[in-house]
Amino acid sequence: MSFGPILFTAPFVLLALLALPILWMLLRAVPPAPIRHLFPAVVLLIGLNDEDNSADRTPWWLLLLRLLAVAAVIIGLAGPVLNPRPSEALGKARMLVVLDASWASARDWDARLSHVESLLKQAARNEQPVALISLAAPEKTEFRAAQEWSSRLAGLQPQAWEGSAEALEFLPEGSFDTVWLSDGVARESRDILRDAFEARGDLRVVESARPLYALELLRSEDGGAAFEVQRLQAAGPRRLTLQAIGLDPAGVERILDETSATFEAGAARTSAAFDLPAELQARVSRFVLKESAHAGAVALADDSLSRREIALISNRENREGLELLSPLHYLEKALVASSDLLQGALTDTLKGNPDVVIMADIAELTQADETALTAWVEAGGLLVRFAGPRLAASEVGRTEAHPLMPVRLRAGGRVVGGAMSWGAPKALAPFEDSSPFFGLTVDDSLRVSAQVVAQPDPQLAERVIARLTDGTPLVTRKSLGQGKVVLFHISANAEWSNVPLSGLFVRMLERLSVATSLSGLQESELEGTVWQPVYALDGFGRLRDAGNLQGVDGVALLSAAIGPALQPGLYEGPGRWIARNVLSEGQVLEAAKWPARVPLSTFGGVPERDLGGPLFALALVLLALDVLATLALSGRMRGAVAASVLLAVLLLPVPTAQAQEAEKSVAGTGEIVLAHVLTGDRRIDEVAFAGLRGLSDTLFFRTSVEPDMPRGINIETDEIAFYPMLYWPVSAEQPTPSAAAYDKLNAYLRAGGMIVFDTRDADVSRFGAASPAGKTLRRLAAALDIPELEPLPDDHVLTRTFYLLQDFPGRYGSRDVWVEAAPAGAERTEGMPFRNLNDGVTPVVIGGNDWAAAWAIDARGAPLLPVGRGFSGERQRELAYRFGVNLVMHVLTGNYKSDQVHVPALLERLGQ
Amino acid sequence: MSEALPLRSRAEEATAQLAPLLARAEQLASAVMPGGHGRRRAGNGDDFWQYRPVQAGDTLRMIDWRRSARSDSQFIRQKEWQISQSVHFWVDRAQSMQFASATSLPQKAARAQLLSLTIAILLARGGERVGLSGEDLPPRAGMKQVQRFAELLVAPKPEDYAAPDVSQLQRNSFAVFVSDFLGNIEVLEERMHEAAASGVRGVCLQVLDPVEESFPFRGRAIFRSVGGTLEYETLQAADLAERYLARLAERKARVQNQCRKTGWQYACHHTHESAQMAVMWLYNVIEGLR
Repeated sequence: MSFGPILFTAPFVLLALLALPILWMLLRAVPPAPIRHLFPAVVLLIGLNDEDNSADRTPWWLLLLRLLAVAAVIIGLAGPVLNPRPSEALGKARMLVVLDASWASARDWDARLSHVESLLKQAARNEQPVALISLAAPEKTEFRAAQEWSSRLAGLQPQAWEGSAEALEFLPEGSFDTVWLSDGVARESRDILRDAFEARGDLRVVESARPLYALELLRSEDGGAAFEVQRLQAAGPRRLTLQAIGLDPAGVERILDETSATFEAGAARTSAAFDLPAELQARVSRFVLKESAHAGAVALADDSLSRREIALISNRENREGLELLSPLHYLEKALVASSDLLQGALTDTLKGNPDVVIMADIAELTQADETALTAWVEAGGLLVRFAGPRLAASEVGRTEAHPLMPVRLRAGGRVVGGAMSWGAPKALAPFEDSSPFFGLTVDDSLRVSAQVVAQPDPQLAERVIARLTDGTPLVTRKSLGQGKVVLFHISANAEWSNVPLSGLFVRMLERLSVATSLSGLQESELEGTVWQPVYALDGFGRLRDAGNLQGVDGVALLSAAIGPALQPGLYEGPGRWIARNVLSEGQVLEAAKWPARVPLSTFGGVPERDLGGPLFALALVLLALDVLATLALSGRMRGAVAASVLLAVLLLPVPTAQAQEAEKSVAGTGEIVLAHVLTGDRRIDEVAFAGLRGLSDTLFFRTSVEPDMPRGINIETDEIAFYPMLYWPVSAEQPTPSAAAYDKLNAYLRAGGMIVFDTRDADVSRFGAASPAGKTLRRLAAALDIPELEPLPDDHVLTRTFYLLQDFPGRYGSRDVWVEAAPAGAERTEGMPFRNLNDGVTPVVIGGNDWAAAWAIDARGAPLLPVGRGFSGERQRELAYRFGVNLVMHVLTGNYKSDQVHVPALLERLGQ
Repeated sequence: MSEALPLRSRAEEATAQLAPLLARAEQLASAVMPGGHGRRRAGNGDDFWQYRPVQAGDTLRMIDWRRSARSDSQFIRQKEWQISQSVHFWVDRAQSMQFASATSLPQKAARAQLLSLTIAILLARGGERVGLSGEDLPPRAGMKQVQRFAELLVAPKPEDYAAPDVSQLQRNSFAVFVSDFLGNIEVLEERMHEAAASGVRGVCLQVLDPVEESFPFRGRAIFRSVGGTLEYETLQAADLAERYLARLAERKARVQNQCRKTGWQYACHHTHESAQMAVMWLYNVIEGLR
């Protein structure tokens, strides 16, 4: 039964509304409960009669309030639904809900899901079985109760690709009616699927009224970023904002630039471009259409947008006016459009970590330069060398292979076609298919008149990547570490050949990954390569880790359709990154066309809403008001006000744990605070606390270290960075800390913190894994970043940071105390009392002497636990305190006392 | 007060109340600067008052020879008349007095005790004799009497309303009645008349709670006396207010009227007012009447 836009699922409950007038009369008839007052002057009241014999009536508005509350409950129970979907459209037949779930559906995914939800609700009312299928990620589906699907809706996600006709295989058996939530984009699979659905039953199509914009990244002439923006339905003029997003110099992702794209009225596509400085453009990771949250509105940037840094090195002398003879001139011309050029001395430019180093006619390098350059190449750099008169004259790589030369060279090189030689200048041979230049066409007019010549070597054949027609190598290449060294056997200027004057020269440089291609990638370049996805786009256009997606063949990467096997994202391959975006080049968005027989609707309307909940809430509010009003009427409001204020205070958000944490941290940094790790065993924690309190007091009295009250630290939740030392009593039952806690502890140790592990069992066991506590210690410390350990040596700085000590007793007097091992080469020099161990603070001290028990004092400062017997026991306690003082001094002053060993040497140098 | 309670704990309970009461009463009393002492006329006493010439009828023994020797005529040495007055207190300790409408206000009984004890201290300092009627405490002088007075003062009575006891009043003495005067008005009038007939002059101080003056109640209500003996239910408490206030005014008028007839003084004190003002008024009235 429905009234206007409201449908009641249980209309008969509404009959209860008829009882309201009776309730009204009942409420009128019953007076409010009397209030009892103590009143001494009641004697004066005796004998007075009420003038108005009828009871003090509840005021009409209070009655109305109560009736409204009851009415709200009744109407709420009747199950009202606002804007119900007309249920006539589909009968009682089984219903299949089809979702495109493509990137184009992501633009209004929530609206789609809520539409599906209302469809499911409606199906639930009609008791229709429902099946649901997502075309982009089809799975076998079955007809189930609508409620079951409702709970699964939240798990549905749009994919970054489009669905295909594959979904046909997953359709359920038998006949059913279909509701198809289409994304509105035309594609080939549409007709096939439509026919299949129509064969099974009625088909209804629901499309979104929301416009769809998609972004395609083009390469502009000058290497900048240009875009084509498309929209699905040509409509009125519209202005969109494009954002370039990338890392700023601080490594934080932010919007680097914005530009706008304007659609003319009636136009379905428009273009836009970013005018970014090369530096900035290299940092852009993606371009997005603002306010369009789907994968089609994201264009990932890859290497083609970033400009490579190329260092050009030559022995350029002061040869002004001879620009065209400069060995670098043609290289500069070839590279300047697409890269950033660095020029200068090799040592300076290498510091800028260029992608490529080009050396034109340089034979000898200094030893330092050569080492640095070799290291750089081995780390993945690309070194391109050009020959020239100097190289030809030099002895580099003459007799034995030079690491920075691909081949050995014969002395002098050769000159062909000159005045003093026979033969004509040689042309280039076509590139072999193993060569990186394979596929480039060789211009016949190219001639080489001079070159350096490689010595025949066993590896020569495999290192040659370009030859002259007579078979002599023109370009050779070898791998060195992770990098490569390439040698052009000709000079980089036009002296030896006209190759540098040709377009082929530029393209060869591109193939060597020296220059970035301005014309886009060619399939032939990628043939046979496998590209590993690193980041993938999801349907909403968010970049996420690609996880273990499979690698993709290079040719497929360029040309295959986007799908589950080739997800849009960033792919890493040999030497470069390639981005694959949702829209492939030249793809045109077209609106899907449906035949007239298919009913088409949009889901822009108001969603179905269940009014039951709000009505019950209203009833509660009204009843609460009734309570307040009743209290006010009977004069008992004061306490009620206090109560409601109390309630309001209770509802206020309590200060967050984070704030408290921060407060605690501040308290920890105000003074030096010794800390112990809470073990969970109350007795151990108490003794540890008392022990550190005793140690703190001792430090306060004897040294200039004046610690605050010690603190127990929960390593899972508390910040530990502020404490110089953590005392960690080990008990057998201690749980292993979480991975996050270990991260924190390791960071703490790396930053110079010290943990004192105390197994407290030196009375019964030696150091090792024999005792239960020892086993626990192994378990606890396994994940810690602890260096090699050794028993505390006699000359360790801990023996003299404050007191001179040779024993480190606690409650027990074992000598088994372990610290970080000294460096292997540490030797004691003649006349020195100590080895020269000028190194940091030991990150751990491990022992079992139960130091805290020896240090422990109670609130009055008296020792908490007995140590030893009589005077010797007190001596032992004193030594324990001294060890504690030394420990804290060691943490706070590091190797300061170690430095004292230099004093004799310094005095000697001063001549005294 | 429950009979089952042992005597000792009852006594301790009573004295526990006593100490702060005494302290406060002393404090209030010290705020009052006593007026002139003595009766400012010749009479029996220790202090010298005046010399006057001998008149007919004076015995020879009365002549002050030392003074007379300095002149030709004879003089008689007179001393200042010093006589102590008996002041009887009747302080209402019935249940109706054990009431305070709010926790911030003192009970009527507490206020009545405070006022009467303060006056008793002041009088005792002035050498007067104070006594508590209705108890076995005839008027006596001295601070010891004040202590006993205070002890008897704090014990509440079980009945709901009380009437003054005038049986022990001495002739020509002075009486102070402190009560809410909500008990039987006829009995009160009769007792006052009786007292006046034996030459007793006095003061009626009516102590009321502010609620009793304003009657702020609304709606359906049940009123109960403090002792629980009386109960009254109404459906419209607000309607009663006017008639109640009229009755209260009538009650006050009757007390006042009886005072006028007997030459007593009347005042009404409310517990939310300052005790100091009531003390000043009472003291002045007693000083003036004496």
